[in-house]
Amino acid sequence: MIKEELKRGIIAENPILVLALGLCPALAVSTSLQNGLGMGCAATFVLICSNIIISLIKKWIPEKVRIPCYIVIIATFVTIVELTLKAYFPELNNQLGIFVPLIVVNCVILGRAEAFASKNNLGRSIIDGFVMGLGFTLALCILAIIREVLGSNKLWGLKVFPGFRPMTIFILAPGGFFTIAFVMAMINYFRQKKEGGQS
Amino acid sequence: MSSEQKLLHISTSPHVKHIETVPSIMLCVCLALIPAFAASVYLFRLKALVLTAVCVISCLATEWSIVRFLLKKPSTLGDFSALLTGILLAFNLPPDLPPWMAAVGSVFAIGVAKWAFGGLGHNFVNPALAGRAFLTASYAAPMTVFNVPDFWKARGWTISGLSEKIIRPVSDTLDGISGATPLPTFSGITEALHAESARLVDLQFHIIDFQEALPRLFFGNVGGCIGETSAAALILGAIFLWYKHIIGIRVPVLYIGTVFLLTWLFNGTGSFFTSEALLVPVYQILAGGLMLGALFMATDMVTSPVTPKGKMIFGVGCGILTFTIRKFGGYPEGVSYSILLMNLTVPLIDRYTRPKIYGKVKKNA
Repeated sequence: MIKEELKRGIIAENPILVLALGLCPALAVSTSLQNGLGMGCAATFVLICSNIIISLIKKWIPEKVRIPCYIVIIATFVTIVELTLKAYFPELNNQLGIFVPLIVVNCVILGRAEAFASKNNLGRSIIDGFVMGLGFTLALCILAIIREVLGSNKLWGLKVFPGFRPMTIFILAPGGFFTIAFVMAMINYFRQKKEGGQS
Repeated sequence: MSSEQKLLHISTSPHVKHIETVPSIMLCVCLALIPAFAASVYLFRLKALVLTAVCVISCLATEWSIVRFLLKKPSTLGDFSALLTGILLAFNLPPDLPPWMAAVGSVFAIGVAKWAFGGLGHNFVNPALAGRAFLTASYAAPMTVFNVPDFWKARGWTISGLSEKIIRPVSDTLDGISGATPLPTFSGITEALHAESARLVDLQFHIIDFQEALPRLFFGNVGGCIGETSAAALILGAIFLWYKHIIGIRVPVLYIGTVFLLTWLFNGTGSFFTSEALLVPVYQILAGGLMLGALFMATDMVTSPVTPKGKMIFGVGCGILTFTIRKFGGYPEGVSYSILLMNLTVPLIDRYTRPKIYGKVKKNA
């Protein structure tokens, strides 16, 4: 069951590359692997914690005010993440900037709260938060590796190819859009090929 | 059976085909670029030749490999559109750009701007301009460096089109002006004088000796991208295209006209009918990539509007954007970005400028 769930979160329902949720932070912070991984871990932590709380108290949340309730719960954990980052990883915090507080309105987290945690029990919600967060982090890392290598010829801050002149456009916004489009196209291509082969 | 087929040949429309085809149009545009190519080879010698060759070869190679290996379809090299993209991209590059960067730009132009969106007829922006924009964003420094070719020095030609003696000293603090190409020089002079003192602002146009600068801009012995400097050669090619009905007159004339009108209205001399006030806009339309852009890029059939009214809006829009970027923007030249921006509005323009349908009863008639 875990294997199936992992497959669902990372491949079949990958938040960024298949569901196209949370594209704004994905484009903004995937300029380097460090930023991508940091953002991914922060969002995963918030996602798991908010899924736990929401699935526990789902019976007491009135239908009409459920979105504000989710936001309050999510914002609580985002504040924890933000304070932790500021205290222990000030450099990463400076790099991510406004996108840490913006995790509050991240579509992936709100989407899982609305679509999954509010309808399922605690155990399944934790697993869902974990696999979705993993999918989000992996997608960010894939984008970040491509963009960092092509855009600044570095990986995790280290030089990759001697003599290669990086294409600055890849760490700018247009390069982010192109990278995400090509990764999505690749995934769709392989998926169609697989489906075509089965039928 | 076979005799019946000969007797009655049944086929679907179209029954009559025009002799003009996609390959013939593309080839005509390539032919029209020959004067500009000759001028670029004359001015920049081997560098122009190498850049054009690299761009054309890498565009054709990218097109061939995408169609052959990714799409597994018959080759599309025969429609000559990749050849044209290669030539136009090369014309938009400065002579000292390393050839491998030109190759990277070509791969982007064909692979991303053209084929990722479905190939010829589906690309929403001009591939050559997209390639240039990609290179400008990626390699800003090499895309804006211009060196004087050696043989220019013997003839007294300069990158900015202004020789030492043309720039007359206007004050003790301003010795001379250095600028890469005519346009930065122009804004450089304006800025320097604004910074110096308000009293000197109206002197700025005495520094540029239009008598000597304008012929140079017209014939092309100034710095710039390899294909854009010679206005004369570009106009010659465009007249051929106009004669062959491949480009309309609306887009280029309105584009250049709008830039002319706006730079005349905002010429900065404080008057409208002095000879300087009239020569400033002439300088502005001849300098930079405006001629190449207006005559060969903005008129691209795929990425410009279909309707007559739409073409007018497109031309004027390009003109306003070019003027705005040149006058207020951070870049000295705005032709490529203004055409790219207007390319994006083409579907919208086409939708709202549909011509009236004849033979329809009016609602309130």
